Amino acid sequence: MGKAAYDVVIVGAGIVGAACADAFAKRGMHVVVVDRDVVGSGATAAGMGHIVVMDDSDAQFALTQYSQRLWQELRPHLPADVEYEEAGTIWVAADDEEMGEVIRKKDYYERRGVGSQILDASQLQTKEPNLRDGLAGGLLVPRDGVLYPPCAARFLMNRAQQRGAKLKLGSAVTQIVEGRVRLSDDQEVAGEVVVNAAGANASELTPGIEIKKRKGHLVITDRYPGFLRHQLVELGYLKSAHSVAQDSVAFNVQPRRTGQILIGSSRQYGAEHNEVDQAMLGEMVRRAEQYMPGLGAMSAVRVWTGFRAATPDKLPLIGPCPGYNSLFLATGHEGLGITTSLATARILVDQVTGAKPEIPIAPYLPSRTVKEFAHV
Amino acid sequence: MNKYSRERFDVLVVGGGPAGVAAAVCAAENGAHVGIVDENPNLGGQIWRAGLPGGDHSAGASNWYARVRAARVSVLCGKRVFHQPDAGILLAEGADDVCELSYRSLVLATGARERFLPFPGWTVPNVMGAGGLQAMVKSGLPIQGKRVVVAGTGPLLLAVAAYLQEHGAEVPIICEQAPWTKLARFGIAMVRYPGKITQGLKLRRNISGIRLVMNSWVIAAHGEQVLLSVTISHAGTLEQIKCDYLACGFHLVPNTELPALLGCRIRCGYVQVDDFQQTSVKGTFCAGEPTGIGGVELSLLEGQIAGLAASGQDSGARAIFGEREKFRRFARTLDDTFCLRSELRSLASPETLICRCEDVPYSRLQEHTSWRAAKLHTRCGMGPCQGRICGPATQFLFKWNPDSVRPPVFPARVENLAVSPVDEPPIPAATGGLQ
Amino acid sequence: MSSSIAVRVNGAMVSVPEGATVAVAISMAGQPCRTSVTGEPRGPLCGMGICFECRAIVNGIHHSRSCQIQCVPDMEVRTDE
Repeated sequence: MGKAAYDVVIVGAGIVGAACADAFAKRGMHVVVVDRDVVGSGATAAGMGHIVVMDDSDAQFALTQYSQRLWQELRPHLPADVEYEEAGTIWVAADDEEMGEVIRKKDYYERRGVGSQILDASQLQTKEPNLRDGLAGGLLVPRDGVLYPPCAARFLMNRAQQRGAKLKLGSAVTQIVEGRVRLSDDQEVAGEVVVNAAGANASELTPGIEIKKRKGHLVITDRYPGFLRHQLVELGYLKSAHSVAQDSVAFNVQPRRTGQILIGSSRQYGAEHNEVDQAMLGEMVRRAEQYMPGLGAMSAVRVWTGFRAATPDKLPLIGPCPGYNSLFLATGHEGLGITTSLATARILVDQVTGAKPEIPIAPYLPSRTVKEFAHV
Repeated sequence: MNKYSRERFDVLVVGGGPAGVAAAVCAAENGAHVGIVDENPNLGGQIWRAGLPGGDHSAGASNWYARVRAARVSVLCGKRVFHQPDAGILLAEGADDVCELSYRSLVLATGARERFLPFPGWTVPNVMGAGGLQAMVKSGLPIQGKRVVVAGTGPLLLAVAAYLQEHGAEVPIICEQAPWTKLARFGIAMVRYPGKITQGLKLRRNISGIRLVMNSWVIAAHGEQVLLSVTISHAGTLEQIKCDYLACGFHLVPNTELPALLGCRIRCGYVQVDDFQQTSVKGTFCAGEPTGIGGVELSLLEGQIAGLAASGQDSGARAIFGEREKFRRFARTLDDTFCLRSELRSLASPETLICRCEDVPYSRLQEHTSWRAAKLHTRCGMGPCQGRICGPATQFLFKWNPDSVRPPVFPARVENLAVSPVDEPPIPAATGGLQ
Repeated sequence: MSSSIAVRVNGAMVSVPEGATVAVAISMAGQPCRTSVTGEPRGPLCGMGICFECRAIVNGIHHSRSCQIQCVPDMEVRTDE
């Protein structure tokens, strides 16, 4: 029976688990990461890899801004296959109401030191000529970035391993108890601290935490260099009923360094199987074509789905798990896992080692949910 | 915006090669409303590939085509099936249109493709598959007076060498990697198949004068912009041969992607079927190479059985079981004779590209222990060929198994991904905008 | 015998037999079909439309598999963009 050979056992070798391994190893701790599949194979493999500063809440802003800064600091060390580009985001406004939102966003970012530029209709057309005519304008956030997540996760994991971290792939964790995890081959791995970074599967291993799967679809095209320059996201949410329970699609496209276009996005609730949902895919594609008609004629090479780990208040769970002495959570990142992975790792390691986190962490503590969570 | 059309059939056949044609004919001659869909401009698949207008058809094919016409089979050429949006419906895309094909029974006759194994220089222009070069010549490539080295493995090599020679090419050598002993046993086994002997004898006459070397393979192709020469290995010695083209393929790999997408059980790389050629999906049949590489006679027999069974003619199908079994035995002989020797695993150098779509070299793949990991981290298999070229290569090199198939099973236009046969209320746009 | 038709490959006229594919026209023009992601010249490999090495821009449409397209008079083929 294994003794507590490790300081930290991390469940999940996705971007969050890998970032945590890297951060713990950097502090000289003895780490092992366990995953049933390969590094970066869950939502990390499925997602868009957008490094974006969000303004939907102050807590979300603080976390994404902190983490984006960490990515920018890391950038010079990233190998070519991570494909980090500071492509920038343009939040696209279709009409005057959405332009009002552009102005509000600009103001929000400006007050907090994030550079952005309001684009009128003609400036938007100049920046992105393949957007349809008749859009109202947008907000350019030039320092947002894009990267290729599986290679980013692999880079972080490799760095952790160079500092002595161990990686155990191919065995599923079946149970997390105090101080150890049990694997599908009945082996156990023990650690002073266990971190549940299992993403969309986190609540299977730690029952009671409020993580629900939010399914998404993506399409990737063949190479069309120069067609798209920035990540484009629509502000159209103002038009629809705001609901966490309803399926929805949004215009969201990304240029990859390869010249391929990633087309998203969709959100589905209650879907457990990973098959492509034809109705959702169709709606998503039609929405994208409405903004960029030229997408329709492009060759689509692959379509896939993924599951985001969603919490009821849209903020991740980073910190000690209520009801346990040595279990920590690093999960629930919904669509912002890539962006916030580095800050998540820092905040988590600070909490475990007793160091002072760089930002206030109360909004992300799992203990917040004990009081606040109700069924949505 | 492309044109949209809808067709309904009793029996839909996917694939216009011998198996598909036989299935369509047998179903339609009994009165079923049958459609056959193929992405090539004409029926024939690979082995019956039509040449230029006025070119030769194999006699067997002509008779079948006459029956296709007589039985009023709907022939949908120039359309490529890429997705099943709902049970009983396939979507197929053409150059400027998309069609929704509904069916009661389905026959999958998706054929096979050549297996390619990487070696230094295999990406140089004018290095092609054996069937690949033959297809190009049939499509008008001038080959008169050109020097072609034919290499790899399989009965296709002899057929291609004969064809090229007939059309004026100079074929200095055929390099077959199989050892003499295996080919000798194959030759003896052919006694049981009189038709095959005649074929073989005809072939021998046709390729007289071509040096046929066993236990040999290409170890490198040379040239920057185009192929200039190849180096072959034969019984431990190396020989450099100047040439204009290299026609090199390593037998055939079944096209099981569409059957897999539709949920058909695949075993040892082939679509599993019962005696009536029915797959694990009720009402879906599979005939020809995807059930086992067996050549044109077996494809025709399996196609007939599938077409009869798919249109409810079980006793007619049963009558052909015996003949089919004979040719299934031939198929098993084929497999054994042309199995790949282990030396072929050592041809690629660290710089040799394995994935041609994404230019991933051998050295990068060696760091990974599974197809999935390699794909995620190097993009091998993520290009438009969807792993059809590099998949079989990595399977041979590393014993990796490809992962599950997703739609589109072939690249398709983005606009056609949105084709949805069922009318549903529109999904509202966006809460939050961000993925 | 069969007639020939004329298409343009990278601006130069090429005469091909009727029914010939665009891949044949490109070959007769002495050009590779495409340049790979690391800059290598590439031509058709499989001849049956599955390897995607024969991709070229045919009448303005990118990523057209030239071995699967029959030439028609005055077709514009580009391999150099």
